[in-house]
Amino acid sequence: MSIDMAQFHQVFFEESFEGLDIMETGLLNLDMGDVDAEEINTIFRAAHSIKGGSGTFGFTSVADFTHVMETLLDEMRDGRRQITQPAVDVLLGSVDCLREMLTAIQDEQDVDEAKVTEYKKQLEIELNGSESIETTAIESVEAAAKKPVDNAQTGWCIAFSPHAHLLKTGNDPVRMFRELATLGKLTTTVDLLGVPDLFELDAEECHLSWQLDIIGHFPEDEIDDIFNWVEDDCDLSIQILSEQEGLDGQAAAMESIAPSQNLKTDVSMDTAKPKETGLSPVTKPNSNKNKKESEKSVAKTSSSIRVDTGKIDTLINMVGELVITQSMLSLVGEHFELNKLDQLKNGLSQLERHTRELQESVMNIRMLPISFVFSRFPRLVHDLSSKLDKKIELVLVGENTEVDKTVVELLSDPLVHLVRNSLDHGVEMPADRIAASKPETGTITLEAYHRGGNIVIEVRDDGKGLDKEMLKNKAIEKGLINEDAVLTDKQTYELIFMAGFSTAEKLTDVSGRGVGMDVVRRNIQSLGGNIEITSKLGQGTTIAIHLPLTLAILDGQSIAVGDERFIIPLGAIIESVNVTDDMINRVVGKGETFRLRDEYLPIVRMHGIFDVVSARATKLTEGLVVVVDGQGMRCGLFIDDLLGQQQVVIKSLEANYRKVEGVSGATILGDGSVALILDIPGLVRLSNQ
Amino acid sequence: MTEQSENIETEQAEEKKLENLVQFLSFTLGNEEYGVDILSVQEIRSWEPVSRIPNVPSYEKGVVNLRGAIVPIVDLRDRFGLSHLPYTPLTVVVVLQSVATEGVGKVMGVVVDSVSDVVDVDKKTIQSAPDFGTKVSTEFINGLASVNERMVMLLDVDKLLKLEKLEDEDES
Repeated sequence: MSIDMAQFHQVFFEESFEGLDIMETGLLNLDMGDVDAEEINTIFRAAHSIKGGSGTFGFTSVADFTHVMETLLDEMRDGRRQITQPAVDVLLGSVDCLREMLTAIQDEQDVDEAKVTEYKKQLEIELNGSESIETTAIESVEAAAKKPVDNAQTGWCIAFSPHAHLLKTGNDPVRMFRELATLGKLTTTVDLLGVPDLFELDAEECHLSWQLDIIGHFPEDEIDDIFNWVEDDCDLSIQILSEQEGLDGQAAAMESIAPSQNLKTDVSMDTAKPKETGLSPVTKPNSNKNKKESEKSVAKTSSSIRVDTGKIDTLINMVGELVITQSMLSLVGEHFELNKLDQLKNGLSQLERHTRELQESVMNIRMLPISFVFSRFPRLVHDLSSKLDKKIELVLVGENTEVDKTVVELLSDPLVHLVRNSLDHGVEMPADRIAASKPETGTITLEAYHRGGNIVIEVRDDGKGLDKEMLKNKAIEKGLINEDAVLTDKQTYELIFMAGFSTAEKLTDVSGRGVGMDVVRRNIQSLGGNIEITSKLGQGTTIAIHLPLTLAILDGQSIAVGDERFIIPLGAIIESVNVTDDMINRVVGKGETFRLRDEYLPIVRMHGIFDVVSARATKLTEGLVVVVDGQGMRCGLFIDDLLGQQQVVIKSLEANYRKVEGVSGATILGDGSVALILDIPGLVRLSNQ
Repeated sequence: MTEQSENIETEQAEEKKLENLVQFLSFTLGNEEYGVDILSVQEIRSWEPVSRIPNVPSYEKGVVNLRGAIVPIVDLRDRFGLSHLPYTPLTVVVVLQSVATEGVGKVMGVVVDSVSDVVDVDKKTIQSAPDFGTKVSTEFINGLASVNERMVMLLDVDKLLKLEKLEDEDES
């Protein structure tokens, strides 16, 4: 029975990483004073399913490690352990460690054993600290067996034999046993007699039955409560346990445990459990081998996306309507007469509408909520603020705003950078904040919202704000600007995007090297977006990132140069002007410039750099100058005419061809011809050559 | 690249071992006759106006929209240094697809005078390209075959598809 488990690995990894994220978020949300039981439950469940999964797939190291975490979490869940900050920190560290382990396994690399052992040790220290207070349910079997019960205690003897379909009803015996263990000292004895042959075994059925001896003073009602849910799905008898029986029970427990190969009752009672335990010697080597062979074949970089079924349903509806419209149109076309013209027009407009809707909903499938990016920040802020001794609260707004998957992936690094900057440079030390009569705890807000066809992401802090004078002095000092340069507010703030600019007084490992902000801006611009800073000294800074919703469609302005059509990204256009002779100046060796209000802008002749022989306008006064902004470089693009605005679908030139300087891609116009999309920074570079 | 193409070629050879024949699509440029492996031919179209690409060699005519894909068009006459012929609706564009690269191969259209025939060539009769030194570039020519007493120059599609700079771009 060699089922190729490898095919499920990818899913397991995805789910595990999701689980780790859940755990992380949960741990960060834990409020020391007032712990929400549901929160711990969530964390516990995530840990539990990682453990179950890794066990099933034979990643024993992961399963072992998670087991320790789970034990700790279990105690917290049952309220047997106080939730302390150190414990949470250890758990957070373990989450990281687990993530590394999983990544290593996924990449077929060796797990960093030293680190794993280190964290495991920490976890165990954390665990054992409280073990003296109360024996955990897990150890109770061994512990109870070792030392006989001291005093005659009343207890209960429960014979519990669930029906085969118990697991399918969603009940988990282990849960119930844990519950029981909270009542008193629990001893469990498993009866494996009911387990059928391997070949007849249905992994989803439960063939085990248990004898549960529980010692403690409590009424039968409490036991009834626990088994309340499964009453109809099992045979249950509850008897009072006398001293003698109790001891016998213990002994019986020992006996039955020995042959069943360390069958600890605490092992997660996954549906696959009977198979695992009873047959482990047979299946283990097999599955290990499978793992090694098949892991090689797993495509590591296969990228997948989880789509809401609702979105797919909409899509199917849409396609259905499209098909109807199409058949209607073909009916009209079959015997076309002039009086059917209205019908035809109708059909065409329907077709247009449906196509547009279809396009939108297909785009929608690629959309992911921005929370995919945001979710990592609570951790980042938590870690960094404690490192920097600052008190910072992170507020996330608009996490459900949806963005294209590619944007989400590429956005995460720049955002991390911005948030780190806000933490390090923006928000002041608590003492300084109090001195400035601000609340001691600083706030960093991450907000995402839609505006027009763009998504805007703001990183806001209520820190000290940017000091314009200081920025300017620093820039002069570093030789980035001239001493007598007159800068507008906006230009001053833009200084921080220049390479080599840093205002941090000393370097920290958080920030201050002066690389980064320029990279951030470049990344954002490569996504077709831009970045804006507003700041008030003493009140805080807001950095807003504007991004197109999707990278596949672009709002473009089509222009004409001679017979040729080009598309300029609409976002890059500032304005277009008719230049007059008196605006034009010639600079020796540098070509032409023109004066636009107070600025002198270089002129880039499109027909010149693209060698268009058919260009109508060769004199600057005859054509149009479009003022464009490419990565902070403004210039005037000299063209024949503006044609119209339209949304264009971006097609890659490189797929069959190669990259062309000054061109970022191509698109297909309504008449089927190809138009090139201009890459403004590339054009500027080209014109400088 | 060449290794891969050789691999593929040997694979193809194995497939055709029984008859030991390879099929080529032959076309003419002026008085010369060329052939390309039929498996690399995607379709044959007539000439249609292209969108010019700025600042590229003159033989790269531009790009066209081929059912949603942007496909470059290369004039083989220009590429091989033959005299230029004006384009008419009868001018033929052979759309070639490289098979050497894994996954989706690159697609390119080549402008030729006319397509003549599909010829079966016995592998054994293919001669290697003669060496003219530096005088005549034979880098695209895989071999020579004679069909009905005429010489057909067999082109290496993969080398043909590799436009200049392409390699640099790939490496960087």
